[in-house]
Amino acid sequence: MLTALALGITVLVMLAIAAVPLGRHSHGGAIIHGGCLLATLFLAGLALAALLAGPPETVMALPFGPPWGPALLALDGLSAWFLLLLGLIGAAASLYAIGAGPGPARALPPYPLFLAGMALTLAAADAFLLLLGFELMSLASWALVAQDHREAENRAAARLYLIFALLAGACLVPAFGLLAGQAGGLDFATLRAAPPDGWLAGAVLALGLVGAGAKAGLVPLHAWLPLAHPAAPSHVSALMSGAMTKIALYVLARLLLDLCGPAQPSWWGVPLLAVGAASALLGALRANMEDDIKTLLACSTIENLGFITMALGLALAFRGADLGPLAVLAAAAALLHALNHGVFKTLLFLAAGAITHGAGSRRLDRLGGLIHVMPVTALAALVGVAAAASLPPLSGFAGEWLLLQALLAGWKVADIAFQVVAAAATALAAMAAALAAAAMVRLYGLVFLGRPRSPRGAGAREVTAIERWSLLLPAGLTVLFGLFPGLLVQLAAPVLQLLTSAAVRPPASVLALTTAEGASAYYPLAVALLLGLALAALVLLVRRRSPGATQRGPVWNCGFIDPPAHLPFGDPLTQPTAGGIAQPLRRMLGGALLAAREQVEMPSPGDPRPARYEASFRDPSEPLLLAPLARLRDDITTQAERLRAFTIRRNLSLGFGLLVGLLVLLAWLEAR
Amino acid sequence: MRPRHAGGVPSARCAWGHGELTFGQLPYDVAHLLGGGMLLLSFMLLYQRRIAAVINALAMQGAILAAAAAWQGFVQAAPQLYLTALIALAAKAVLIPLALRLAIRRLDLHRAAETALGIGPSLMAGVALVALAILVVLPITAGAHAIAREDMALALSVVLLGMLMMITRRNAILQVVGLMSMENGLILAAVGVTGMPLVVELSTAALVMVLLVVAGVFVFQIRERFDTVDIGLVEPHRGEQP
Amino acid sequence: MALLSALAAQLLHITLMLLAAPLVVGVTRWLKARLMGRRGASPLQPLRDWAKLLRKRPVLAENASVISEAAPYAGFAACLLAIALVPSFAQGMALAPLGDLVLLAGLLTVARVALALAGMDVGTAFGGLGAAREMSFAAFAEPALLLCVLTFAILAGTTNLDAVAVAMRDGGLGLRVSLALAAVAMLAVAVAENARIPVDNPATHLELTMVHEAMLLESSGRHLALWEAQSALRLTLWLALLLAVFLPFGTAPAGSGPLAWVAGLLAWLLKMGALCLALAVFESAVAKMRVFRVPEFLGAALLLALLAVALLFVSTGLA
Repeated sequence: MLTALALGITVLVMLAIAAVPLGRHSHGGAIIHGGCLLATLFLAGLALAALLAGPPETVMALPFGPPWGPALLALDGLSAWFLLLLGLIGAAASLYAIGAGPGPARALPPYPLFLAGMALTLAAADAFLLLLGFELMSLASWALVAQDHREAENRAAARLYLIFALLAGACLVPAFGLLAGQAGGLDFATLRAAPPDGWLAGAVLALGLVGAGAKAGLVPLHAWLPLAHPAAPSHVSALMSGAMTKIALYVLARLLLDLCGPAQPSWWGVPLLAVGAASALLGALRANMEDDIKTLLACSTIENLGFITMALGLALAFRGADLGPLAVLAAAAALLHALNHGVFKTLLFLAAGAITHGAGSRRLDRLGGLIHVMPVTALAALVGVAAAASLPPLSGFAGEWLLLQALLAGWKVADIAFQVVAAAATALAAMAAALAAAAMVRLYGLVFLGRPRSPRGAGAREVTAIERWSLLLPAGLTVLFGLFPGLLVQLAAPVLQLLTSAAVRPPASVLALTTAEGASAYYPLAVALLLGLALAALVLLVRRRSPGATQRGPVWNCGFIDPPAHLPFGDPLTQPTAGGIAQPLRRMLGGALLAAREQVEMPSPGDPRPARYEASFRDPSEPLLLAPLARLRDDITTQAERLRAFTIRRNLSLGFGLLVGLLVLLAWLEAR
Repeated sequence: MRPRHAGGVPSARCAWGHGELTFGQLPYDVAHLLGGGMLLLSFMLLYQRRIAAVINALAMQGAILAAAAAWQGFVQAAPQLYLTALIALAAKAVLIPLALRLAIRRLDLHRAAETALGIGPSLMAGVALVALAILVVLPITAGAHAIAREDMALALSVVLLGMLMMITRRNAILQVVGLMSMENGLILAAVGVTGMPLVVELSTAALVMVLLVVAGVFVFQIRERFDTVDIGLVEPHRGEQP
Repeated sequence: MALLSALAAQLLHITLMLLAAPLVVGVTRWLKARLMGRRGASPLQPLRDWAKLLRKRPVLAENASVISEAAPYAGFAACLLAIALVPSFAQGMALAPLGDLVLLAGLLTVARVALALAGMDVGTAFGGLGAAREMSFAAFAEPALLLCVLTFAILAGTTNLDAVAVAMRDGGLGLRVSLALAAVAMLAVAVAENARIPVDNPATHLELTMVHEAMLLESSGRHLALWEAQSALRLTLWLALLLAVFLPFGTAPAGSGPLAWVAGLLAWLLKMGALCLALAVFESAVAKMRVFRVPEFLGAALLLALLAVALLFVSTGLA
């Protein structure tokens, strides 16, 4: 099985090499993306087999590696779970890419490389290979973000993205280095055998959280995410949002829950819980303010990653408090929501691509009424939106149900400070969920419902059959995962054991998710059937009492007059705009959390200028984090500039001083 | 046969182990609930914007205080507490609100209350103060009965919320209301403790009556001098300036 | 046998709820009219209105999509399933294992989203405004509700509504400050979720002040009847939920026979009538608040619920 895994990754790398000459070919895109589709499907099948049959125990040594030994490849439950996620998302994204037609030739080689980097990160069984895959993933995705580099904002997004990717690497390398230095080896088995404690453990926690958080886009390191995701092509955005951020969380889970050992204290969960809650709230609120579909979806990704991080933090806290069943519940919430979010967010990003393709714009204020001309896309997007709004019985609700149940059990940790934190986190999670529902209603209502807002939007048409299928397949998976979350959690049983070191039955049966003690349960299939039954009975009953046909008439709108004849869709300005729908939340929460402002500029009577209304907001990470850092960078640069004024003698003495310093360090190390 | 749910209440209660004075005993439950009602009304005082509604809430708080005192008198078999209840009912639930309403009419103040701190932030500050009260009271009263400790926490919270109200409201009348609410909290604490002599309560009540009169005179004086009761406008006239 | 009895109780419960929904709205309206010195329409008037609306041919806007036609059914079905999970006269009904409070919140969100999407379907100013406000209010109502659920979960050890009701009835919990605070918070959430005064005016015809009605402006015929019936169902659901959690007295225990059911039914009718009266008195006594004061109102509910939970932690941590 490991040979097959290595083969799959090799095929992806070969595809990347083959993409260089094939890029100019007219069918090159289809061939490469078709190859990626097959390879990712193969990887997904491999992961499923590993989860079903039990992951292989062995570790495969690769014929290359760092100077001190071969690189190691393995596939345990945790890797297999995320590999399944990667395979499914990669397949849907590749299928969409085939249908969407060829992009620029330079964007072709990084795509398989991006997939290979993610797969390599998951398959790695030593820190060296894991970091290699992680950096490969970062650089390949940077190339994809920067592919449309003619626009200045894309260049800025790519630059910011690269900075945060470097920060992630710069934190993860010392995190693993600290572990390895203490354990005396880089492979996971050696690391696991010597769990850190004291200040070392704290340092690993902080570095791991910053490193993985920067890559996953957790608050306050999320500034790149709403910029980078829209800059990339839609199928790449889907991969970045659905898979890449999850890989970062995989690294976090691997580092904190697996490699640091099960004996870490309970408070380890608190930073994760706090960061997760902040991400969930801020992401969901920002999703309500944005007026670009892909930026909106990126913000919703921040929110969902916050949920997953909260669940991981709860798992850590419960494990530290010796509450095994609850730790399993929280870990199950994290895994289930990671998978579900990956699938429905891929669906939504691909739908955003289809909308851009079919209606020519990503801006909410230029779309509208697409349900009439793009019915299949509208249906698939409705499924995705409903899942993202966490409506039962779809998949988003299942993960959230588990997360809320874990949060509602937070009071069982016998520490009043943690209890209060958990209660506050419960309120924040519920608020974020309601905000997400509002954001999704806003997205769907503005894009698919109402009337067209621009001539190009009015002339929209449905996308190609392949693109439609690439939407319908994840939509089907979203429904399926929503109806059978219990099966998925049971599939994840080995992963749960690995993460929580508790030999507890997973909180699920075939048809239901249950709480840790089984006191309460959620039966999605029964809910779906009962909803269907109620719906059928209702339709039959109402239809018997009511005349069949409906009549069409002009819009009532409280007697607002009909639009003039030259505006066949009515005056677009009489429809609510993206800013208008955002107004209540901007006033209720935006002012406090996002520094949102509204300005009305009313010219004096007789002045022919139109009145202007402007609404804006600013992400708090910008003034609080980015601006001071930029100032710091400028200061450092100014200091460094002074080196250029040095004489040759001083420059030489710098090099000499460094050499002597290194020799002293070496002597000191050898003396110990 | 009534099916008891697994993991339900009985086991949970055993785990908490309240000792002999636990919830589910009527005397403590009612006293506790009345204290909670007073806390709730303190939040109502912070939440309301209209002065008339604030005074209604204050009257209601006075009435609940009277009920709490009477209930303690019944439970502790201490007849002097009935007197306290009677005084509270007469003064706090009827007379002082009437006086305040009269003052409003005389001053023609039917507008909304001016707040120095917004309603939302002052409510959040209120919750933080309650948490602080809990954290302070619990370790100090470690030897006392479980319920008495919670009642002390509630009473201290009411006092702190009254002070918060005095700080966050600009209107002089509302500052008087905050003072009254603070004093309600003190009396609540006093009646809850067994064997508190009546004298203390009476003197506290009298003190506050005096304070109220002083404040009332003050309000009218301010009104006459400066044509407003917004203390923000009175600040510049403090006399320290040259 | 036990299963049959549970099934019978469930079917009876659904029938009762469907019958009670128009009556709750009708009786509340009638009581309000009496309190204001008017004679008021008969309590059966909502039923008559719906029957009339059902018979009429619905008129859809020219650019209305399938959402306008499907959403009323989806919203009603979600509400119907939700109300089937809230115990009324008997406990241990057939669907009781499904009756999770988090699921209940989810089902109500389904109904809310359906209504908001229907409001945005035609692209009119009022529909969008109502939808935006409705979804925004939920951002404050939902956390307050979840914190109330947390209070119940700590006291009863579960979020299953039936088990919570059982624990509240004979768990010997006593009168707790936390429960009182949670009850106030939940009442505020119920008022907001049902678009009652002071959050929204259910009888308004002034477009600028309404939230819930603004989304229904383009509905007519059976669609309007379904929306109206759904809102009545939602009101009944919330009142029944409050009764089930805070006043579970007189409810027939699980597995009891028809005699206990009759007693439970009478007790439920009595409690429901009292709650309707309280609602009518409250609505007559207060005025509607400005839209942007609603967050303060719901935020206060949220803070009270948080306070309830914190006090509960204190009393559980005492030992």
